[in-house]
Amino acid sequence: MPETVTREAIQARVNEALEEFGAEPSDITPDATFEALDVDSLDLVELGQIVQEEYGVELKGEDMPKLKTVGDAVDLIAERAGV
Amino acid sequence: MEKRIVITGVGAVTPLGVGARTLHERWCAGDSGIADGFARCDDFSPEDHLPRKLARRSDRFTQLALAAGAEALEQAGWETDAPPYDADRVGCIVGTGIGGIGTLLEGHDVLNESGAEKVSPLAIPLMMSNAAAAALAMRHNLRGVSYAPTSACAAGAHSIGAAARAIAAGDCDAVVTGGAESAHVSIAHAAFGQMDALSDSGISRPFDARRDGFVMGEGAGILVLEEFDRATERGATILAELLGYGATSDAHHLTAPEAHGEGAARAIALALRDAGLAPEDVDYVNAHGTSTPLNDAAETKAIKTALGEHAANVPISSVKSVIGHLLGAAGAVEAVATVLALAERVAPPTVGWEERDEELDLDYVPDGPRDLTSGNGRMVAISNSFGFGGHNAVLCIGVSS
Repeated sequence: MPETVTREAIQARVNEALEEFGAEPSDITPDATFEALDVDSLDLVELGQIVQEEYGVELKGEDMPKLKTVGDAVDLIAERAGV
Repeated sequence: MEKRIVITGVGAVTPLGVGARTLHERWCAGDSGIADGFARCDDFSPEDHLPRKLARRSDRFTQLALAAGAEALEQAGWETDAPPYDADRVGCIVGTGIGGIGTLLEGHDVLNESGAEKVSPLAIPLMMSNAAAAALAMRHNLRGVSYAPTSACAAGAHSIGAAARAIAAGDCDAVVTGGAESAHVSIAHAAFGQMDALSDSGISRPFDARRDGFVMGEGAGILVLEEFDRATERGATILAELLGYGATSDAHHLTAPEAHGEGAARAIALALRDAGLAPEDVDYVNAHGTSTPLNDAAETKAIKTALGEHAANVPISSVKSVIGHLLGAAGAVEAVATVLALAERVAPPTVGWEERDEELDLDYVPDGPRDLTSGNGRMVAISNSFGFGGHNAVLCIGVSS
């Protein structure tokens, strides 16, 4: 894990991933729900692979139902990354 | 056919470009989409045709099917997300020979290099052979019967036949159907090559004495089939009628056609019987014509057996001379090409045919496009498709003057 991980960096990486998944960049806000962004469970598995790679953080299948918004995901990743 | 079934929209993406009309016009002009022994859809970029999410969630064979489907539905006058019938009674049957083999191999590389945890969760849903059928059904809200026939190079024709049967049985008012293929990966090139199925010369010349194998292509063809009365009620423009369908099996060999084309001849005869037509009614044959020594010889015999003396009078041509072999998409793209040939009353040529094989003595339309004439005003064609495994599927298509 890089030593300079910040919440902002995590937020930026999550946004980048969501954009890659096909979400409209202007729709991606911390309050936006994954449902509204048309981000589904398959996308969240991919997001889990990305944060594992980047931050060594594991998102488990049981975490997924609890993640309703972009902010929820960023919060959980940041918490597990110790930020 | 127990009911009249009409074709109201066609779409194609082929090595000659995007669009059914592009295929027809460039084929008639003698243009070729083959380069360096392969035929690819170089003009097709998914981002030009699909939203980013849909493109990302589709293997290339599905992307090609979605683009061809959008063209077909637009021509039929359908809304993108609402068919003009009860959606529960609209089917989606789209076949493929191989499916998402590119996705499979990418996933396999990731597995070997980085481990199971890095394999994409999209690998299976992109690779599965029914992915194109599923993607079209979802995109266009088609909620009736939906699946993917996989019968190698007969899959496209089998799909259209199955679609027609679904309408004839009363299960559907309409079906979006066809085939798609994109298998340009080194394992496929190597394996077809080791079978001696691929052309060493890199030239597709169906029915020519020098033919030495097929040229691998890629692409998709999609057609909108509707029950005649319902199509008429909604004021649809009718492009053609699917008059008959016949399917048989050689039950002979894993790859080689039965040398006398007996199974293929039975499929042609069944399609004509289904259409209520006689051999003399056939004005044009859109051949399977792969450019392999075995297929073109067996197919010529099959046409002679099925059409009798009339075989010598019928123009026969193969679009594989300019786009190569689209495998599971071939039968669908060729059905699209047949609709346009009949509508334009022209038999496009077997491009590059020059040298007669003494066994292959029919009229393969070697000298450029030929005007079609018909005794009774309605143009009738058969379109042949034969697949590894001995699968034979023949469509009979008509266009009224």
